[in-house]
Amino acid sequence: MEKIVLPDIKDLHLIDVYIQNGGYTALKKAFSQTPDDIIDQVKKSGLRGRGGAAFFAGLKWSFMPKTSSKPKYLCINGDESEPGSFKDRQILEFNPHQLIEGTLIEAYAIQANAAYIYIRGEYHKWIKLLEKALADAYEYGFVGDKMKEKLGGNYSVNIYVHKGAGAYICGEESALMNSIEGKRGYPRVKPPFPAQNGLWGCPTTINNVETVANVPPIINKGWEWFSKIGEPKHPGTILYGLSGHVNNPGIYELPSGTLLTDLIYKYGGGVPGNKKILCVIPGGSSMPPLRGEQIEGIKMDAESLKAAGTSIGTAGIIVMDEDTDLVQVLARIAKFYYHESCGQCTPCREGTGWMLKLLNRIAKGEGSTHDLDLLISVASNIEGNTICALGEAAAWPVRFMITRFRDYFETRVSREVTIPVANKVHSMRHTEYPLAPIKD
Amino acid sequence: MEFTFTPENLNRINEVISHYPEKRPAVMGVLYIAQEQNGWISYEVMKEVANVLDMKEEEILGIVSFYTMYHEKPVGKFHLQVCTNVSCMLRGGNKIYDHVKEKLGIENGGVTEDKLFSLEEVECMGSCGTAPMIAVNEDYFENLNIKQIDQIIESLKNK
Repeated sequence: MEKIVLPDIKDLHLIDVYIQNGGYTALKKAFSQTPDDIIDQVKKSGLRGRGGAAFFAGLKWSFMPKTSSKPKYLCINGDESEPGSFKDRQILEFNPHQLIEGTLIEAYAIQANAAYIYIRGEYHKWIKLLEKALADAYEYGFVGDKMKEKLGGNYSVNIYVHKGAGAYICGEESALMNSIEGKRGYPRVKPPFPAQNGLWGCPTTINNVETVANVPPIINKGWEWFSKIGEPKHPGTILYGLSGHVNNPGIYELPSGTLLTDLIYKYGGGVPGNKKILCVIPGGSSMPPLRGEQIEGIKMDAESLKAAGTSIGTAGIIVMDEDTDLVQVLARIAKFYYHESCGQCTPCREGTGWMLKLLNRIAKGEGSTHDLDLLISVASNIEGNTICALGEAAAWPVRFMITRFRDYFETRVSREVTIPVANKVHSMRHTEYPLAPIKD
Repeated sequence: MEFTFTPENLNRINEVISHYPEKRPAVMGVLYIAQEQNGWISYEVMKEVANVLDMKEEEILGIVSFYTMYHEKPVGKFHLQVCTNVSCMLRGGNKIYDHVKEKLGIENGGVTEDKLFSLEEVECMGSCGTAPMIAVNEDYFENLNIKQIDQIIESLKNK
C-alpha cells in the first residue's frame, strides 16, 4: 500500500530530496488554478480532519468569506497533546516540507495573509527541525516575498512557527487562537465561528498538521485518486498510533478502514506474552474505550467507529492487556483532564476534580457501588455543559469505561476481590474463547 | 534581583514581535527567551517582559501561571520530566518516576540540594510509541529501563 504522508524515502526531510521526489510541484500546480478550484478539489476528495473531529476539510475552507475587509489567517494545529497521539511529530521529523507545501496551498486557497503553525512547546526538537525546513523553503523562494518571482502570480504568504508552552487545551481551535494572540488558552464561545471571527477577530481557518500534509498529493494526483483510498466516507490513509501493550508500538500509515485487530496483531505484533486484551481505546485517551472481546471486525475510520460506539479521534490506539488495572488507568486519565481543564466552566473545572477524587478512592479500595453511579452522574453533568469539547473528553472515558466495564468496576468496589481475580472474573463472564486455567 | 534583557536577546525579541500584527502575541516567545536567560520567571522578569511588550504585569503573570512550561520558581540545571500518563504508565512510566524520585531524594517539583536536578511529573509528551520516557530540559530519552535512567543521571552528574 502506498504511503501518502510518510513515504519510505530516505532523507525526505531535506529540501533537495523532497524536490527530487516531486516536492513543491503541487504548489506550482495549485498556483495555476483559482483558489475556488483548489477548495473544490479538496471537497471532492473527501479529506476529513485528522485532529479528532473528522470534519470535512474542503467544507471548512469554503466557510471562509470570499471578500473581507480584514486580513485572513491560517492556523495549523500541531499542539498534539492527546495521550496516545504522537503522529504529528513524525511528520515534523520525516516530512516537514509536505506540511509546509500543504500549508502554502491551503493559504492560497483561502487567500490567507499569514499562516501560523502552532507546535506544542515540549516538541523543542521537532520545532527546530520544522524551522530548519522552513528556512530552506524561504531560501528556495517557496515561502514569503520571493514566491511571486518563483511561482508567478500575485500571491505571497509568510509562515511563522508559534511555540506553545504546555497546555493541552490549546489544541482546541479557539484556545489555540487565544494562545497565538498571547493570552491564556481559554476556548471561546461559538458562534461566532473562526471563519467569521477568528485570530484578532479576523476570518481564520484551523487545520491539523496531518490534514494539511495530505493536501499536496491530492492536488498532484487528483481528488479521484484520493477518494478511492480506504473507506469511501473517510478516504485516504491515516497515521495510526499504536501504544500500550503491543509488541511493536509506533506509527503505522495505512488506509482508513484498516481492521483494528490487524493493526494490533499484524502490524503491532500482538500483545506481549500473548495475553488477552482487556480494553482498547481507539482514538486517544478521550475517546470511549472498547472491551477486548468487542474489537473483532471493527474498522478504523470515523463512520465505522461511530457505529461501534466510539470515535476515531486522533487514531491513537491504546491497548491494555488482561492484567491491566483499569481503575488505575481511569484514575490516571481523570487526573490528566483535571490538570488540563482551563477552569472557565464550572461543570468541567469542578467535575474533573470530583471524578478524580472518586476514582482515587476506588483505587485505594475504599469505593462503593454508589461511587460508580455518582461518577456516571458527574460525567453526564459535564457533558454538553461546557464551552469546549474538553468537557466531553473528560466525561467520555469515565462514563463509557464504567458503563462498559461495569462488572469489572463492581468487583473492584466490593473490596474483597484482588486485581488478578477481578480481571479473571471479568474475562470469564464475557469471553467466548476457551478459558485458560485460573492462576494465582 | 534586577532583570534586563541582553542586547542580543532584545534583537531576538524584535524578530519574534515582527511575526505578528501587534506586540502582545510575542509574549510566549519572549517569556521563553527570558527563561533561557534567567533560568526561571521571577517577578522582576515578568516586570521587564511587561515593559518590553507594553503589557500589564498581571497579564504576564496570568500567562506564566497558565502554561506549565514557564518555571515560576528556580529549577535544577537539569530539569527532569517524567511522563506517567496512560501510554507510559502501561509500559512502566510510574516505575521510572518512582525510581528517579528515590534516586534523587526529591518529590514532584523538588530540586536537589546541589541545584543540579529538579523533577516534574508531566502529562503526555507525545512519546506514547516510545514509552516510557524522560525529558532532560528539552531533550527526550525514550524506550527506557531503570538501568538506562541510572546511566543518564550519572552522565549528567559529570557534565
